[in-house]
Amino acid sequence: MRPFTFASPSTPADAVRAVADDPSAVFLGGGTNLVDHLKLGIARPARVIDITGVTPTGLREDADGALVIGAGVRNSELAADHRVLERYPVLAEALLSGASPQLRNMATVGGNPLQRTRCVYFQDVTTPCNKRSPGSGCSALGGYTRHHAILGASEQCAATHPSDMAVALSILEAQVRVLGPSGERIVPFGELHRLPGDHPERDTVLEHGELITEISLPAPWTRRSAYRKVRDRASYAFALVSVAAAVSMLEGKISDIRVAFGGVAHKPWRALRAEEVLRGARPDDDLFRSAAEAELFEARPLEGLDGGNAFKIPLATRTLAAVLRELTAAEGER
Amino acid sequence: MALTESAGETGTIAVRVDGVSRRLTVDPRRTLLDLLRDQLDSYSVKKGCDHGQCGACTVLVGGRRVLACLVLAVTCDGADVTTAAGLTTEGEPHPLREAFLDSDAYQCGYCTPGQICSAAGLLTEFRDGSPSHVTSPVASTPQWTEAEIAERMSGNLCRCGAYDGIVAAIHRTGEGG
Repeated sequence: MRPFTFASPSTPADAVRAVADDPSAVFLGGGTNLVDHLKLGIARPARVIDITGVTPTGLREDADGALVIGAGVRNSELAADHRVLERYPVLAEALLSGASPQLRNMATVGGNPLQRTRCVYFQDVTTPCNKRSPGSGCSALGGYTRHHAILGASEQCAATHPSDMAVALSILEAQVRVLGPSGERIVPFGELHRLPGDHPERDTVLEHGELITEISLPAPWTRRSAYRKVRDRASYAFALVSVAAAVSMLEGKISDIRVAFGGVAHKPWRALRAEEVLRGARPDDDLFRSAAEAELFEARPLEGLDGGNAFKIPLATRTLAAVLRELTAAEGER
Repeated sequence: MALTESAGETGTIAVRVDGVSRRLTVDPRRTLLDLLRDQLDSYSVKKGCDHGQCGACTVLVGGRRVLACLVLAVTCDGADVTTAAGLTTEGEPHPLREAFLDSDAYQCGYCTPGQICSAAGLLTEFRDGSPSHVTSPVASTPQWTEAEIAERMSGNLCRCGAYDGIVAAIHRTGEGG
């Protein structure tokens, strides 16, 4: 591990300044991803700035019913919070399907959306990777692609975003409060993550030195929400495909809906076209299939040494149907 | 977190390990796992994968189970760390230790200290009503079932495959408590 200096600033502004002023500095939150990257040689900072003492560690409700989550809240605390369990079950379910209990006790709310891909080539510094080492090439193309993207990938990168929480936050239309060297700004969660394009090294729109301080959930408009994750093991594995959905029903029809897919793209994939098909319609399996097709018609699966990832198209279709069947059922008091 | 800028290659921390308070100088690169084993001779804590994937290094920090391999020691100023060797309830060895023996919950034993610390964290989380991935509906009160225990122990691998015994040991300990 490359030597680095360590500091625990006493205010968020000091932390931001320390990183913004030094291109080789990084923020340290729960450490579950960064400490691993220090060992693997993926992250090689000269300076590590501990933010666990300066980011808010509680939840509060604001006047218009939003739930405001401090960036320092641990994933396990958020998943067990009664307001999250009752009002935003999709978020609790997403959090609890991610990682392991130990990791959820460590990982922070601010850090979770900023964790980096688990693409095996990104994590292996001996292989070319445009995300880790821009211009070096993409080893996933023609390599092992089981965990890679079918939507929104580029010639440069087909990595997927690994966070479950982020998929839930995308349908909850969360707002991200960011502190930078020139002040605060709010980033809508749906605009936080980027597609890889020609700059796969950039996962998000955040600038170096910008710090997530809070994530705010608008007042819930439905309690019918759920997260379903399909993976190679029953627990402690990243998603092959996941679905987050929130639904409200009126007179047997879907009155409003939000849907997003995980495990299929470089970012949580908000399925606006599927939502359009579903909104106002009477739910049945044909409708669910049409909705999935409307979203997945431009999927571009990859060939690969492991048989490729075209299986994700039917898997995403069936997973969406399974979630919507449950959420739209008459007795679905969730 | 009294620690401020560490001038050079090291930082000074005060940490309590299994009831013993110490003041130490640590390299910022050193993990809590390496601090425990290499600087404090606390060998019950095991290094398995060293990448947060196996759970062998699980310890309790402030009563919460964490992976010592992914914690930088320099961030542990003021921390209260408990390893399997120091795990007690009211001065007596923790009942999980006896339950693991009685339930044949290990073969080679390498993962066992991490399993026991993880199980101790699990018992606390369950008592607090924390849900898991298999709690359904997620907002309901979790039931003390083998499925709940297995899910909550999924962060601890056992290459010998002693899972049945591990789940049984935790199940009986939870019923007794």
